[in-house]
Amino acid sequence: MTELAATRPRATTETGTDERPGGLGGFFREVPLHVLLIVGALFMVFPFVWMVLSAFKNMQQTLAVPPTFWPNPWVWSNVPESLTALPFGLAYWNSAYIVVLVVALTLLTASMAAYAFARIDFPFSRPLFLLFLATMMVPRQVTIIPLYIIMARIGWIDSHLSIIVPPVLLNGFAIFLLRQFVMAIPIDLEEAAILDGASRWTIYRTIILPLLKPGMAALAILTFLDTWNNFFTPLIFLNTPEKFTVPLLLNQFRSQFRIDYAHLMAGSAIAIVPVLLVYLIGQRSIIDSVATSGLSGK
Amino acid sequence: MSVGKAGSGQPIAASGRERSDRLWALLFVLPQAIGLLVFALVPLVFSFVLGFMRWDGLGDKAWVGLANFQKQLGDPEFRAALRNTIVFTFLTVPIGLALALLVALGVNKIRGRMVYRALYFAPVVTSSVAVAMVWQYLLNGRFGLINAWLRRFGMDPPDWLLDTRFVLPAIALVTIWWTLGLNVVIFLAGLQNVPVPIQEAARIDGANSWRVFRDVTLPILSPTIFFSVVIAIISSLQTFDQIFVLTNGGPLDASRTLVFHIYDLAFRDFSFGESSAVALILFVLTLGVTLVQFWGQRRWVHYD
Repeated sequence: MTELAATRPRATTETGTDERPGGLGGFFREVPLHVLLIVGALFMVFPFVWMVLSAFKNMQQTLAVPPTFWPNPWVWSNVPESLTALPFGLAYWNSAYIVVLVVALTLLTASMAAYAFARIDFPFSRPLFLLFLATMMVPRQVTIIPLYIIMARIGWIDSHLSIIVPPVLLNGFAIFLLRQFVMAIPIDLEEAAILDGASRWTIYRTIILPLLKPGMAALAILTFLDTWNNFFTPLIFLNTPEKFTVPLLLNQFRSQFRIDYAHLMAGSAIAIVPVLLVYLIGQRSIIDSVATSGLSGK
Repeated sequence: MSVGKAGSGQPIAASGRERSDRLWALLFVLPQAIGLLVFALVPLVFSFVLGFMRWDGLGDKAWVGLANFQKQLGDPEFRAALRNTIVFTFLTVPIGLALALLVALGVNKIRGRMVYRALYFAPVVTSSVAVAMVWQYLLNGRFGLINAWLRRFGMDPPDWLLDTRFVLPAIALVTIWWTLGLNVVIFLAGLQNVPVPIQEAARIDGANSWRVFRDVTLPILSPTIFFSVVIAIISSLQTFDQIFVLTNGGPLDASRTLVFHIYDLAFRDFSFGESSAVALILFVLTLGVTLVQFWGQRRWVHYD
């Protein structure tokens, strides 16, 4: 388990330059490959283009056979209408504050546990750590019914606590990832601090945390993606539209507009274009984080 | 009670440092340990118990022994769910990973690799619901763009999501599109471990590209491939979002998956017992896949 190749922090960021030797001859040899890769990339990007274009058509245009590529005429009302049809603004606020809380608190609880497992010799640390690893092998759907019952008992159904607290208090993967990063930090600094009589808390706060930044950044990005796009648990725990996160509200939107694809695509665009813009800006570190861990919600 | 490894040969009273270390370790681990107990161990045990009970979530619970399992194993909906999940795994994992490997090999040493990487990865950061919605439109039998293209080439395409024969391949296509970039990125990271000098030496020795790939690249990449296969199979066993949005398990249960079945039984039929039984079957399947793969890796994965 601990030998998963892609999970070692070292074989990570490949922020190398794009320059390759080869000159003009190399360029011509690369042309057929470029053609294939561009065709593939068009296939990857096209659904987004189609979503955005369809968001500016009217219903007749979206149901035209055969469909036309460009909107004609351009219809500007779908996006504002979609924004007022359902509380998208509220959903964005809900998603945003939930994500911020989950990310911040996960970083705290997971880094603390990771430090203890990496550096402190305490009773049962080994079996406990293995238990955390084992939780990674339990699909969250397996325990969803008991979890639902627990939530109902403590009155957290339809409360954001139901989707904030569990991921913050249990993330075996986060502990595993950060522990690898802690173990890569040279121990000398800590030993000196211990001789000086510094407490473990001081060491964690003043030595480990600052040096743990790369690992924390990677974990923050992964947790952000998982939480922002999470659909399964909000679907089960939340009931009132005012409490919905963005994916959940989009799902509600879907059942409301049925085959009105112009509005459906406008709603989808509202849900993902801001995310794609953030992705465009931070793609390098986002992708490197995923490469570091090799794991994601999918 | 002795205290594990620290206990042997030590004075009975631990030193001050050791005691304070233990106290801090306890505090550091406490939040996650509480989570482990409340959100993993208790629910898992609870799942086990519920699998052998009949309960609608409100009324009395009753022990029914193996009845839930027996009923489910004979149930056409469960059988469809199990069959579909397995077929779906066979559709998405080999094709998805092979495609990802090809893209990764193509992108690995080319100008503009970072641009390609970013483009292929874009769907991965996108919400499953939005992905499913745009593909629902693209795949629509009458108004969808895909069928418009196919008709232009003189074909008579099916209504993908409403045809029991084509619904799973169609959703597999969507899933491959959605997750391709993830595997590409993981393979690209793996390819960083392949030493260029060895590849070049092999080439100078007269090996062609295929030989270099087979004898040099592939063995070094094998741990990464293995890792991706495990993750891909496990996540394929958990397919839910796309099904929920695209087809609701239909038509005629042709796209019902195990997790959709678990959801359906628990939160639409309120058969918590039967749903838990299916959840346990999923758990055993996941565990089985993991164990088989870890056993298998010893046979064909080359670790350096």
